[in-house]
Amino acid sequence: MATLVQAVRLALHYGEQHLGVTDIFGEDVGPPLGGVFTATQGLKTAWNSPLDERGIVGTAMGIAYAGGRPVCEIQFCDYAFNTLDLLKIAGNQRWASAGNFDMPIVLMTPSGSGIRGSLYHSHSFESWASRLAGWKIVMPSNALDAYGLMLSAIVDPNPVMVLLPKALLRVKGDELIPGEPDDPDELARMIDAPVGDRSLWEPQWPDVREYFVPLGSAKLVREGSAATVVSYGRTLPLCVQAADELGRDFGFTFDVIDLRSIFPYDWPMVARSVAKTGRVLIVNEDTEVTNFGEHLLRRIVDEHFYDLLAKPRLLMGKHVPGIGLNQVYEQNTVPQLPGIRDALRELAEERV
Amino acid sequence: MSESLDESSRPRRSKLTAASLAVRSGRETLSVELALTLFRHMVRTRALEERAIKMSKSGEAYFWIGGPGEEAFNVCLGLQVHKGAGPAHDYLHLHYRSLGILLAMGLPMVDHVRQLAMTATDPFSRGRNFVGHYAIPAWNVVPVTSVIEVQYLMAPGTALIQKRAGGDGLTVVNGGDAGTAEGDFESCLLWSNRPGHELPVLMIVTNNQYGISTPAKTQFGDRRIADRALAYDMKAETVDGNDPIASWHAIDRAMKYVRAERKPFLLEAMVSRLHGHSSSSGAQRNWSETDCVALFEQKLIDANAIDADQVRAMKAEAKEEAEAAVVQATSEAKPTLQDVERFTYCASKVDAVYPSDYTGLPTQNAK
Ligand SMILES: Cc1ncc(C[n+]2csc(CCOP(=O)(O)OP(=O)(O)O)c2C)c(N)n1
Ligand SMILES: [Mg+2]
Repeated sequence: MATLVQAVRLALHYGEQHLGVTDIFGEDVGPPLGGVFTATQGLKTAWNSPLDERGIVGTAMGIAYAGGRPVCEIQFCDYAFNTLDLLKIAGNQRWASAGNFDMPIVLMTPSGSGIRGSLYHSHSFESWASRLAGWKIVMPSNALDAYGLMLSAIVDPNPVMVLLPKALLRVKGDELIPGEPDDPDELARMIDAPVGDRSLWEPQWPDVREYFVPLGSAKLVREGSAATVVSYGRTLPLCVQAADELGRDFGFTFDVIDLRSIFPYDWPMVARSVAKTGRVLIVNEDTEVTNFGEHLLRRIVDEHFYDLLAKPRLLMGKHVPGIGLNQVYEQNTVPQLPGIRDALRELAEERV
Repeated sequence: MSESLDESSRPRRSKLTAASLAVRSGRETLSVELALTLFRHMVRTRALEERAIKMSKSGEAYFWIGGPGEEAFNVCLGLQVHKGAGPAHDYLHLHYRSLGILLAMGLPMVDHVRQLAMTATDPFSRGRNFVGHYAIPAWNVVPVTSVIEVQYLMAPGTALIQKRAGGDGLTVVNGGDAGTAEGDFESCLLWSNRPGHELPVLMIVTNNQYGISTPAKTQFGDRRIADRALAYDMKAETVDGNDPIASWHAIDRAMKYVRAERKPFLLEAMVSRLHGHSSSSGAQRNWSETDCVALFEQKLIDANAIDADQVRAMKAEAKEEAEAAVVQATSEAKPTLQDVERFTYCASKVDAVYPSDYTGLPTQNAK
């Protein structure tokens, strides 16, 4: 099975071949490196840009104005903060011009903690991004979704931000991408650039096929009755694991929802599940003041107050300036498996 | 450049007897026909700006910003743009003082006033944006934004597609002097000059020597803004933007170079700011700065290209045109409650929640 980052690469290849992608660019995105996480190795429209995030976003917008279909990369979301006003503008071009101009750009950027990245390779971005009206924001938690969400991001004629969970980039999926070879080693031989001199290397692309994960559609990855868990990105597999362990040890079953789209979000799925279980935990790792999860929580309280059987909960990152390198910092700043398991168990057991 | 011109003391009749075939500035000339075309658009632009200022003072409009003092340069630019849609034509990344460019390109006055009057018929923003914030797909005029200097970041993108497409289409980007302090200006220089990937960008700075209240000389230590091209071995020129003859030729030279060489050019135009920054600073006429319309009028009279009666008639006609535009625009429908969310999203076949347009937050019955 492909890793998440290989899935992104396959999607971009499909985008170049079949969906009209004209430019894949950013810092170290072109040859020889093909991206610091290898997301863009071997792609025929990939090129290296100056080390200038504002220039990257602005140029993507210009390319889109002139009829191109760009996918740009900000190397780490930790370095996207100086582009916020441009992201704002990219999101408002269609609205501000009353429909005169569309802004079909894709911006992909690794987000979140989990790679021992210290202060500037551990930030989350989805709460900032969720405030950018006019954008669509997605965050896959596995390879197949990364493939399907990237294809949708490319086809969608609006600006779409693809947040890639840093911690999961090298995790293999457990479902095949349509057209992917069965043997992961074979896939690696075909599409991973060799170590050392790669000036003569060319990838051998498998014949991957069209597969869209619609924007705004979540995925119910576990079904149960004790409570609802809503998460995405790095914390999603942790929620699944916690739910499975609590099922094994205590017989609790959970609806585990992989939100996949931060905006638009799949409110029908969340609402249906909360109405059914009456208990909800939202888990993400962004900082806790004005966290995107608070918005979901507010809607749950507004619209499902009388369905609730226990207080709704939100587990998230601490409001501190950063994540320190020594693992005592990271372990105690953003949600980890034991904390998620405890919170889930408490939620399932709470009686009023 | 900054000598003051007292209208009353200037001769209203030429001393020449026969009409000349050309109008001259230094060693450069323009045909009388072209000079009169430029002058007419300058007069039209001035008339509309003055009428727009009146609207902001009367309360019919909330805010005015524009380019009185930039007519000479901007009209010359607008007339030389290859106008149309797509990479074969020129792209325009403009800022908020660009009326002269657009009127010279053929924009009906009423469209400018519609935006000022915030009508539903405003073709650029449906009454959403400040005046002069154009967005015209048919002419490659990408949306003007109030955010200073960001247009310089987008210009390399359109130019990149134009270079790839072949042809001689170029990208024009303009902005003021103070804004060049933003890193975005340097980004444009850099991205337009990547070795082997030079881009057909005509970078323009209209230098009125102020950013709102701050004099340029208190912030900029460099000799002239055009010199910032030196570091890139890039062609650049500074021109007297109050002189339409010099401006016409400077733009012509710059455009010819960019079209043929597919490389960038930095053109700095020294211009006036005749009504201050915007209505927020009162928009009162500043009589101490050079007035390009008055200056050119005198030159045309001196050259016997036009006489005082013809000038009067031309100005009266421009005023009437502006007045008619105001009467029409102010009588048109305003946006309604139903417009608030419109045009947020383009229709998408891969979006489960917003397949057509934004309809507010996702709801239970979205699917
Ligand atoms: C990024 C940004 N900062 C501040 C402002 C507020 N502002 C509007 S115009 C202006 C001055 C611009 O001066 P200049 O670039 O010389 O252009 P001019 O208005 O003189 O033509 C400022 C500071 C803004 N619109 N955008
Ligand atoms: Mg200025």
